[in-house]
Amino acid sequence: MSSRGAQSWSQRAVLAAPYLWLVVFFLVPFAIVFKLSLSQTAVAQPPYVPLLDLGAGFAGLVDFLRGLGVETYVLLFSDTLYLHAYFKSLIVALVSTAILLLIGFPMAYGMARAPRRLQPLLVMLVVLPFWTSFLIRVYAWINILQRDGLLNSALLQLRIIDTPVAWLASDTAIFIGVVYSYLPFMVLPLYARLEQLDRSLLEAAADLGTPPWKTFWLVTVPLALPGVAAGVLLSFIPIVGEFVIPDLLGGSDSQMIGQVLWVEFFANKDWPVAAAIATVLLAVLVIPILLYERAQRRALEQR
Amino acid sequence: MAKTGHAAAALIRIEAVSKSFGGIPAVDDLSLDIMDDEFFALLGPSGCGKTTLLRMLAGFEVPDSGRILLDGTDIAPLPPHRRPFNMMFQSYALFPHLTVEGNVAFGLKQENLSRDEIAGRVAEMLALLRLQGMGARKPDQLSGGQRQRVALARALVKRPRLLLLDEPLAALDKKLRAETQFELVALQRKLRTTFVIVTHDQDEAMIVAGRIAVMNRGRLEQVGSPAEIYERPKSRWVAGFIGDINLLEGKVGKGGTTLDTVHGAIRVTNAGSAGTTAWLALRPEKIALAMKKPRSGRNAVPGVVTEIGYLGDISLCKVRLANGAVMQVSMPNSGAELPSAGAKVWLVWPATAGVVLKQ
Repeated sequence: MSSRGAQSWSQRAVLAAPYLWLVVFFLVPFAIVFKLSLSQTAVAQPPYVPLLDLGAGFAGLVDFLRGLGVETYVLLFSDTLYLHAYFKSLIVALVSTAILLLIGFPMAYGMARAPRRLQPLLVMLVVLPFWTSFLIRVYAWINILQRDGLLNSALLQLRIIDTPVAWLASDTAIFIGVVYSYLPFMVLPLYARLEQLDRSLLEAAADLGTPPWKTFWLVTVPLALPGVAAGVLLSFIPIVGEFVIPDLLGGSDSQMIGQVLWVEFFANKDWPVAAAIATVLLAVLVIPILLYERAQRRALEQR
Repeated sequence: MAKTGHAAAALIRIEAVSKSFGGIPAVDDLSLDIMDDEFFALLGPSGCGKTTLLRMLAGFEVPDSGRILLDGTDIAPLPPHRRPFNMMFQSYALFPHLTVEGNVAFGLKQENLSRDEIAGRVAEMLALLRLQGMGARKPDQLSGGQRQRVALARALVKRPRLLLLDEPLAALDKKLRAETQFELVALQRKLRTTFVIVTHDQDEAMIVAGRIAVMNRGRLEQVGSPAEIYERPKSRWVAGFIGDINLLEGKVGKGGTTLDTVHGAIRVTNAGSAGTTAWLALRPEKIALAMKKPRSGRNAVPGVVTEIGYLGDISLCKVRLANGAVMQVSMPNSGAELPSAGAKVWLVWPATAGVVLKQ
């Protein structure tokens, strides 16, 4: 009896672990950020009010709750600066995810169809850039894209252009940087899925009268869809909140939401608005995650 | 029976086909005719090249040399998707993202048929294979036997000239396999489609096929009806691969009617030219046991019973001869008393019981 009780206790502990993880590393920080978003800025340390004074007891708690308000959210939706930044972030994420899929799918497909002994090497090559600091790699792109950089001199040498192009400080530079940085996140889940694809399914399709190009659309692509969903989410979500790439490669005329958040937090010392930006961003990102979750559950139920 | 009526021209003619992988021959200079409307089996141990031959028919492998003709026309230029053959894969290879109906309709959708005709033919095929009501299920919601029938339906619905079956029953349990073997035969008779089955299981080949090609190391050992192959094997290898066999080595005597062995002269038929070495192949069920030496007419060799195995319908008896060789004798369990281990017995058989093999 006692051993069985112990077992069920340990089983419960194992089941509780992911929830505990979620509470400690997601729910609690989010609650703090959310509380912060309902506060007001103040010239103080920390730079916001109200503060919860536990020493004042119940009256302190009432005072604290009275001090909270939704002014920050009203500001977010009335000042077009924020709406523009959200919109731009979503567009950049959407377009770059589409480009990533267009480049990543053929890459992953080629890797999965390569001779088996070559595949570990190819996976290594995809992962290799991670061994260098992300920041250094983005700085390297500044070097490549600047006026007398590698890209312009190459294009001039090849006589594709006559005068140097201003790549840097543009949306094009953001797209180049984002696609470059997130390619492994698209390729790896796609490869993992395509690599498992049973070759006899392709033979069966051919045997049933399907030419190879049609087999690709009728068999390979539908079976790769879970990989596509994983790759798209792994790219889209972090790109929306991306800060480093637009800050280093992008122009100053329009900002992505990650940059706005950084400015509010560090430059303007407006923690409540920064917290509100983060909260809304989370709400925007949770929608695709929930959609994916639902699609997965439906796929599971069909089994 | 349709099994023996193949006076007509061959549907498939395989002409001196060879195929090797990395320098190792899988199929070696093999020629074979497959007739219209027959159930043909490619039988052999694993690695004998039977699957490679099947895959060359389907178009998944290209012969290194030789030709494969369909109705007299070389099909080498046709890629797999243009060949009027369909294959049932050993793994079934059902599309996991499609329903049973979607799987069966897959091939028809490539043929520019009307929606109604596709639906009609799919329904007809599902009914034929007892899959009514399963159309909306996904392959992983089916039992092994149901999956096997979906794979069969998917291949047959295109009305192929030739149905290729690659170890189609290997994944089924013994009882279901036995039932399905008879169902396959009935299906072939009903549809009058040519079936070519690849199997390593002699019993399966004997039950389903009208003709069997026994393959070994990429070559044909023998082609014939199940009875021909069992009763009149052409080589010691075939005799040993299909069922159990006892071999007695000897020199052919004058007139080709005796074989001089260490056990004395044994009367045989059609042993060929005198003086050559030959082997008498005797099936265990063709030998009788006697307690006393029979007076005349039949061959008799003395021995000692070493083991008796009771198998229910028959008993297997092992008898050691004077030279140490062990012979197997099978006896029906019809109530007669069995000898006990250690008993001295005579092995008795008529001159016509065995086959004399030259190789």
